[in-house]
Amino acid sequence: MRIDCDVHNEVPNAEALFKYLPDYWVEHLTNTLFKGPTESPYPPGAPVASRPGSKPSDGTPAGSSLSLLQEQVLDPTGVDYAVLNCLYAIDSLHNPDAAVALASAVNDWQIAEWLDREPRLRASIVVPSQIPHLAAREIERVGAHPGFVQVLIPARAQHPYGSRLFHPLWEAIARHDLVAGIHFGGSPGNPPTPSGWPSYYFEEYVGMAQVFASQVTSMVSEGVFDQFPTLRVTLLEAGFTWLPPHMWRFDKEWRNLRRLVPWVKRAPSEYIREHFRLTVQPLDAPADPRGLVQVVDQLGSDDMLLYASDYPHQHVGDPETGLLGHLSPGLAQKIRTENARAWYRL
Amino acid sequence: MPKWVVGTIDEIPPGQRKIVDVAGRTIGVFNVGGDFFALLNRCPHQGGPLCAGNTLGFLRSAGVGEFVYSRPGEVVRCPWHGWEYDLRTGQSWFDPARVMVRNYEVTVEPGTELQKGPYVAETYEVSVEQQYLVVEIGH
Repeated sequence: MRIDCDVHNEVPNAEALFKYLPDYWVEHLTNTLFKGPTESPYPPGAPVASRPGSKPSDGTPAGSSLSLLQEQVLDPTGVDYAVLNCLYAIDSLHNPDAAVALASAVNDWQIAEWLDREPRLRASIVVPSQIPHLAAREIERVGAHPGFVQVLIPARAQHPYGSRLFHPLWEAIARHDLVAGIHFGGSPGNPPTPSGWPSYYFEEYVGMAQVFASQVTSMVSEGVFDQFPTLRVTLLEAGFTWLPPHMWRFDKEWRNLRRLVPWVKRAPSEYIREHFRLTVQPLDAPADPRGLVQVVDQLGSDDMLLYASDYPHQHVGDPETGLLGHLSPGLAQKIRTENARAWYRL
Repeated sequence: MPKWVVGTIDEIPPGQRKIVDVAGRTIGVFNVGGDFFALLNRCPHQGGPLCAGNTLGFLRSAGVGEFVYSRPGEVVRCPWHGWEYDLRTGQSWFDPARVMVRNYEVTVEPGTELQKGPYVAETYEVSVEQQYLVVEIGH
């Protein structure tokens, strides 16, 4: 009994999308030799990019083989459902027509080659999130497919997600009763820190927690959940131990500054507990597990954490031994299955 | 319940307030459009001088980008951390049931009545021609 909320399926190469693309785009990709906007937010070859044994023998990238996913994740760990998050970097494309065409092709590829072939899989709609009304149109197109439970959006963006520019995207997600899955990474063209460009990838990687925190701040403050009260957001691969102190500060400052945003009618932590969930990989934990148990307690809700393997990426810790083994059996089981079942309506 | 004379109505025009020391505590007396309110001058958050803060309107919202503004001048905002309190009730905006500041009833009494007692006019020479602000303070 387990629901894995973060499994990555990877488009093996641009040619794999040809049968899902209009002729014009097949010709365009063929003539320009464009390899597709595949993103590699992790150093290639490192376990965080592909765990040992996860690369198919035909040379395609880790995460591109359904049979390996079945062998390595679905069968051995007793997975009832796994939610696919295809990190095809549509948000990095400046050509809006290419962004729309490739997003649609990826979604049709996900339906035909993953969802239709494996009933334990659910998937996230890939959208041109940098152009919210076009992202909404793609959600309109495929959002009714029962295999899609989420819309994948990168953590980094051209504008904070509370901006009213994004209302068409949140509206479409809420109306289709999908989840907005905000995932580590993104290629918006602006710096990954609020104070400019870091020198090393190391800094960007560590600093992604602050990107997630700023998106949470923006969405709550700018009234996304007042405008779309049924909207659900999962923070994928965000870590979660930064959240309790962020809520303390957020609640405190709301009492001081709420006149600027009077639509925020409850303490921000109440919005966060209602509208956000977080996957448990990667786990940023104190050395003493008793400290970790306190952090989980400080979330103030047993409903917020969702089990995830992040396959085929591999982090240092295993959530079973690093987290769930230290919690009460009831809470551990909620994190393994029940929280995700309720959140994703599985 | 003891009553304390804290000033004349002429001292506090509409929109103004006066901070007074009575019965061992500091109290802010506010004139909002001719109605008088009094609050303890101590924010329950960290003890800031609440009654020295700006008075503002009551601000609500029906949705993103919508500002529903009413009751101008009936909210005082602590100068230390901006916590808002309703001058009429002493209740905080963000948690009215649990976070509130003590408020006191203010009445306007003519000098002719005050000379009869039992009022405590600590610093006031009460004259029959004036209208006085009287605050009731329990123990």
